[in-house]
Amino acid sequence: MATRTASRRQSNISNYMDYSLLFIVLFLLGFGLVMVYSTSSYEANITFNGDSAWYLRKQLTATILGVVVMFVVSNIPYHFWERFAVLGYIVSVVLILLIIPFGHEANGAKRWLYIGGISLQPAEVAKLGMILFLASMICSMGKKIRERRGFYTVLAVPVPIALMLWRITSNMSSAIIVMGIAVLMLFVSCPDYKRFILLGILAVAGAALVVFIIVKMAESGADDLNFRGARILAWLDPEAYASGKGFQTLQGLYAIGSGGILGKGLGASMQKLGFIPEAQNDMIFSIICEELGLFGAIAVILMFIMLIWRFMIVANNAPDLFGALLVVGVLGHIAIQVILNIAVVTNTIPNTGISLPFISYGGTSVLFLLAEIGLVLSVAKGIRLKDL
Amino acid sequence: MKEVEYTHKTFHRNKTVVVMFICLAMFLGLIGRLVYLMVFQSEYYTQKAKELHERERSIKAARGRIIDVNGEILADNRTVCTISVIHNQIKDPERVIEVLCKELDLSEEYVRKRVEKYSSIEKIKSNVDKSVGDIVRAYELDGVKVDEDYKRYYPYESLASKVLGFTGGDNQGIIGLEVIYEEYLQGIAGTILTVTDAKGVEVSEAGEERIEPVNGNDLYISMDMNIQSYATQLAVQTMETKQADSVSIIVMNPQNGELMAMVNVPEFDLNNPYTLPETVNSEELDEKKKQELLNGMWRNGCINDTYEPGSTFKMITATAALEEGVVTVNDNFSCPGYVMVGDRRIRCHKIAGHGGENFVQATMNSCNPVFVTVGLRLGVDNFYKYFKKLGLLDKTGIDLPGEARTIMHKKENVGQVELATISFGQSFQITPIQLAVTASSIVNGGRRVTPHFGVRVASADGSESKSFSYQVKENVVSSETSETMRYILEQVVENGGGKNAYIEGYRIGGKTATSQTLPRGSGKYIASFVGFSPADNPTVLAMCIINNPQGTYYGGQIAAPVVRQLFENILPYLAR
Repeated sequence: MATRTASRRQSNISNYMDYSLLFIVLFLLGFGLVMVYSTSSYEANITFNGDSAWYLRKQLTATILGVVVMFVVSNIPYHFWERFAVLGYIVSVVLILLIIPFGHEANGAKRWLYIGGISLQPAEVAKLGMILFLASMICSMGKKIRERRGFYTVLAVPVPIALMLWRITSNMSSAIIVMGIAVLMLFVSCPDYKRFILLGILAVAGAALVVFIIVKMAESGADDLNFRGARILAWLDPEAYASGKGFQTLQGLYAIGSGGILGKGLGASMQKLGFIPEAQNDMIFSIICEELGLFGAIAVILMFIMLIWRFMIVANNAPDLFGALLVVGVLGHIAIQVILNIAVVTNTIPNTGISLPFISYGGTSVLFLLAEIGLVLSVAKGIRLKDL
Repeated sequence: MKEVEYTHKTFHRNKTVVVMFICLAMFLGLIGRLVYLMVFQSEYYTQKAKELHERERSIKAARGRIIDVNGEILADNRTVCTISVIHNQIKDPERVIEVLCKELDLSEEYVRKRVEKYSSIEKIKSNVDKSVGDIVRAYELDGVKVDEDYKRYYPYESLASKVLGFTGGDNQGIIGLEVIYEEYLQGIAGTILTVTDAKGVEVSEAGEERIEPVNGNDLYISMDMNIQSYATQLAVQTMETKQADSVSIIVMNPQNGELMAMVNVPEFDLNNPYTLPETVNSEELDEKKKQELLNGMWRNGCINDTYEPGSTFKMITATAALEEGVVTVNDNFSCPGYVMVGDRRIRCHKIAGHGGENFVQATMNSCNPVFVTVGLRLGVDNFYKYFKKLGLLDKTGIDLPGEARTIMHKKENVGQVELATISFGQSFQITPIQLAVTASSIVNGGRRVTPHFGVRVASADGSESKSFSYQVKENVVSSETSETMRYILEQVVENGGGKNAYIEGYRIGGKTATSQTLPRGSGKYIASFVGFSPADNPTVLAMCIINNPQGTYYGGQIAAPVVRQLFENILPYLAR
């Protein structure tokens, strides 16, 4: 049914391009490259014998490739992808499972696959796969989603992927994002609020309980606390765990706090000189704060808010539910990741490895994010101007 | 199905808007958190980060100099180098080890341990000669730092070693004036703050912040280098000819307590204070024993040690008796060669006895039986009253560390025999400086002065200066008694036991003493003499103590001539 709809719509596609969205994305990419160079050049200069642009070059390559992919995807009608929805889910599962025998380990976590000399994070594939699969599934369910069975089916779909991401790649943040994307898409496609509010309360209560239990255990002197337990304790008092789990967080706070209102100036960060290990990755926002100050940090957040606002516009004007759900999925992915990243960096929540979309260093991440943007642009192309 | 041309159900749109607002709310929350961290907590984290980024190196302050009364510098500073290594900056550890071993004359094991130790900065050797430091610097080795600082330097080496004292590795005073005036001399160390990355490598663009050191204040002392060196010569000569264990000479101004010289031979080399005399085989000593010997070598006998003063103490007995009126200068006595106290027979040094003599003659003869008689007349209470008045039972308050207390009988334990022995200066112990100061107050008109070297301190550029004032206790002796004592003591030198201190054309007063050291019968003696001049209004008082001389051991024979020679040279010099 959906394919038929698409073919009918082919005829009246206008060549609408969401330039605001495109501009915001390109700006974030450009800003990201500047920050990647700023944060990585000192370390790169030492590690790669004077090649201070080592990380920048790799990121630039991935970004150019990503932009090409984005334009290609944006020119393909998004219903083309619907046929790959199930395949995408299966591929995600297989890729994650492949990590067990072939996974490449870095920084103590097995998260990467090397395919023909290119490194790939299955978690990124899984996020995109999940958006596609759920959009397609919810569309085909129609009104059945309002029934209890339909609701829980949708909720159950991301669970195996999330569990595998968590257990196999010890990547809890990706698991949270996959679950979060699913819940958001479900939320948009169901008319009621009650169950979601309940779900939200349950999640918050559960988290509070875990924190409470860990704190009590630590007080009673149990020293068999695992690595996540220590992470929670380090979150509550990073200075007490300054040399262990709290190290990265504390270094990040030094960077953020010492930035002040106006920052030290672009390139003038001290904390990137080895104090924050791999500052170009997950902690890049703390260096943005240090160098560009509160103004710079708020400017970056504003860019993300604008991005999400554009997503909302596109979603609400999408020609069909499938398109709208795809955009909501992308919105969920990027929003959750940005919020979690900034929350981690500012020690608002316990530390978990999560990168800042478009800005943090990471080829797979930027490639798949741009593919998602391509999808959104493709959906936007279906918007008839009179709808706006 | 008209719905094929899909239009959004309203709730989809509404919910997307809700999602948008939830995100917005979260972003606002995070912005709030950022404002908290970057505005309200900014100062705290900036400070923390600064501490993390900065490495501190201290710059020693130049210690204040010690300058004598003529402006002669007795303690100075020399530029020396401290050589350290910075682990992270070393590029060629083997070369660094090789060079440092060779140039600094250190064992490879010692250097290797420090070079390979993972620390931000590791000191290899301090107090290295500037010339050696320059050589090391010339190698231009990465990770080797040569910092210049100051080392104490004593131009006159062993002169007044026990008075001046020396400093330790951190330029802190160890003994002597260096300890007492530490707060003025030490200055305030400066720091160099350099910004480094996480590995401790300096970030050159960030530059360095310097807090300049404040140099210590110069200490001006009343010592006269010329008198001190001449007195030292005399003391060394006396120690050698008499084969004595040690010889001490104190020269002071009895009017104000300023010390002009304080000699304790053997002295030691202040530039090598940890080197024991060659006669000691230091190879075989364990650390504890070596430290004991060093402490012995550094001891200032004039203030750290007590002795039985013997006959010089008769000055005090005479003063007390005259003050109390139990004797007058014209009182006549008869000395049969001994005196009975209870059932004890106390002998005079002249076994045949001095026969009939008045009090002045008795003092000139240093006649024990007469002084015992006078002491018994005085009684315990009066004796102790004058001890107290003269300040004999307290410390003198000299500005040198470790002054010993007077060891005196408890008043209630003093019987007739003890009283008798106290009268001629036995059975108790005082420090030489105590005797010199007490003698000063007896002859200066009755003012108890505080002996001291420190006159004033002044900043290196002379812009700020502070003079010290010292306590003076007036009227501890009446001026009449003081005048009488000056007359009697001049008689002692002109016609009595102190005639070896007589110099034609000068008015000199004084008193000799010969005391046997404990245990009695050991055959060890201390010969001493206290002299002052001019006898009618003394401006200089000198004291010589010869410890365990061989052969003749009478104070009048061997100590008085030392003071005479000293006065022969310094009286014309002081009168200039």
